[in-house]
Amino acid sequence: MAEVPEPTHRRRSHAGTRDLERYAGLFAERTGVMRSSAMRDLMAITARPEVISLAGGLPDTSTFPPQSFAAQMTRIAQESAAKALQYGPTEGFEETKDCILEVMGAEGMLPDPDDIIVTTGGQQAIDLVCKTLIDPGDVVICEAPTYPGAIPTLCSYQADVVQVECDEDGMQVEVLEQLLADLRAEGRRPKFIYSVPSFQNPAGVTMSLERRHRLVELARAQELLVVEDNPYGLLRYGGEPMPPLYQLDGGDFVIYLGTFSKILSPGIRLGWAVAPPPVMEKIVLGKQAADLCTSTLTQYFVREYFAERRWQRYVGDLVEIYRGRRDTMVEALRDNFPAEATWTEPEGGLFIWATLPDYIDTSDLLAKALRADVAFVPGQAAYVDGRGSHSMRLNFSGVNEDEIREGVRRIGKVIAEQVELYGALTGEQALPEPRQDPAPNVLPFRKAGEAG
Amino acid sequence: MKVAVLKGGRSLERGVSLRSGARVEDALERLGHEVLPIDVGPDLVKRLAGERPDLAFVAMHGVGGEDGTVQELLEILGIPFTGPSAAACARCMDKVQAKDAIEENGLPTPHWFAFNQTAFREFGAADALGRLEETLGFPLVVKPSRGGSSLGVRFARSAGEVPQALVSAFSYDDRVLLERFVDGRELAVSILGDEPLPVVEATLLEGDRYDFEARYEIGRTRFDVPADLTAEEHRAVVDAALGTYRALGCTGFARIDLILGEDGPWLLEANAIPGLTDTSLLPQAAEAAGLSFEELVERILDLALSPQGVS
Repeated sequence: MAEVPEPTHRRRSHAGTRDLERYAGLFAERTGVMRSSAMRDLMAITARPEVISLAGGLPDTSTFPPQSFAAQMTRIAQESAAKALQYGPTEGFEETKDCILEVMGAEGMLPDPDDIIVTTGGQQAIDLVCKTLIDPGDVVICEAPTYPGAIPTLCSYQADVVQVECDEDGMQVEVLEQLLADLRAEGRRPKFIYSVPSFQNPAGVTMSLERRHRLVELARAQELLVVEDNPYGLLRYGGEPMPPLYQLDGGDFVIYLGTFSKILSPGIRLGWAVAPPPVMEKIVLGKQAADLCTSTLTQYFVREYFAERRWQRYVGDLVEIYRGRRDTMVEALRDNFPAEATWTEPEGGLFIWATLPDYIDTSDLLAKALRADVAFVPGQAAYVDGRGSHSMRLNFSGVNEDEIREGVRRIGKVIAEQVELYGALTGEQALPEPRQDPAPNVLPFRKAGEAG
Repeated sequence: MKVAVLKGGRSLERGVSLRSGARVEDALERLGHEVLPIDVGPDLVKRLAGERPDLAFVAMHGVGGEDGTVQELLEILGIPFTGPSAAACARCMDKVQAKDAIEENGLPTPHWFAFNQTAFREFGAADALGRLEETLGFPLVVKPSRGGSSLGVRFARSAGEVPQALVSAFSYDDRVLLERFVDGRELAVSILGDEPLPVVEATLLEGDRYDFEARYEIGRTRFDVPADLTAEEHRAVVDAALGTYRALGCTGFARIDLILGEDGPWLLEANAIPGLTDTSLLPQAAEAAGLSFEELVERILDLALSPQGVS
């Protein structure tokens, strides 16, 4: 081989200001709405090992048996190395789709395999749906609060995001109806309604059966697409299973997004979308342009794993672990958060949404919390318009029960300091109201327009 | 020369500092120096003592790196470092101390009151709020005394908004100040050695104030370098900035932020370790003076090695 000269030094960003202006002139318009934020800078600190992070959305991968992982990977190496290292079909392997059918079947859904595309995580599924449907300025409706990770995606396609408040029964579909009427009066038709109906990220709430039916009816009557994102459906710790919107609708107006991240591993980056054939055709073209195909290696891994027929038992194990962690967090919140705080008590999923008195800004609180070595996600991350500043998202799946107790205790302590200080500032003693019993119908949300 | 670049640390401005540090390291490499990047942590002293760098380039912002703590250690270890001395850093970092020094030197800074938490918690300082609000008027600005990048800075438009603004500001420091709001043009004067660089004017393109986001994002703030000032305005601004620089005992470099109101310049604060990221003001000012980033870095090194921080 010919001699290649040693690179002299690693190039880092060293753009002078003039250079920068030169680049800035080249940036696409959409980058203008792709924002970094103070919050992102603060979150950089949460990576310190001494910080108990209730901020992430991490499933607990430490429970996956390493021997089993080793055996599966060995089988792939011995039996299918060449194929597992090769490109694959854009839509994904049929065998992966069989696994997806099993997972969806566990929640009562039976889609046509041709309507499924395997994606690089659920996040790519969101991206591909946006890529397929959104032109700059198009209205997209989502919940308030909504999945923080969906916001940058929607914004990068320059959607006009409108958020509909949730309560303990999920998105307020009656508010949605009014919004749709208002939009119609303006001659605007939303491209789709994005919802996480079960154990919502970040709020932890689940859409009631009645609202599910109503939402699906609305979609049919007005020929609107609903994008149902259901990463947590199988992680239920209490209450009755709810039919997914996809099942109620039959797949005509509901695009369904699923993922292996929360029931197996986020590291394998495997998710999927189910869409009506004409939409799927465009999604496949979009996927082809984006990355040709999803990792064949991890698709092989899922196939080997499902062949062992133990995946439901593993999900059952996770459910047991997470149920205990949820209970621990709820108990810790009762013991450590002030009487004025409210929080959701999710029947599944990974998150609790807590709302504090309106004089506490949770981004500022995070700065204080980080000094006490604990982190959470400030509520503003779940809104496009700066609301949510008195709320926070707390994750209970990624850390053990001791850490949950200690983490919530630390957050409770910094909140108590703020409450006491505010009392001293206003001359009002923080009212030690008798704590409301954690009735399941506690309203943890501010009504539309009320939040500041 | 073997140059340790101190960056990161535990401050809230860690992210900004890592960006400043990376840029400096790159420039140092291109200048042919041996670079020792250090993400500052509990092993700092051990590493510095073991590696014995000829010089430390302090690219840290906020508490720990900009308040004199690291500088103090470097002074003890006898390692020359960039930027102001430990004492000057401590004065710049604490806005209350800085404003005291500015005022003592007869320079204009907006009227202010400072409180620590104890005043409110134990001495009923809340009862004095009405009187001082009357003195300062609305809107008024509430700031943590120590902190950078506008973190925790809040505007209160009415008395009702003051307690909440105080709670926010106290999230960042135990001492806060309430300051009269001065309307005017936002200017920054970077000083290198004892030379003022071209004045930078920051104009926010959207939103109503120059906040953390606007500072570190391309395209949200327009920067004019040099700012469009009359000769008289320019002289007043630069004199005020140099006066502040000296009043605080700065050497090496610093950035002085001020507002140019209708009645002249009003000094807000001094930044002992101004940002060196690609959207930061000091590099922009240097470039307007014809100094590339490498030349700026080289000059900062020279100043650190010269006896008075002046060459």
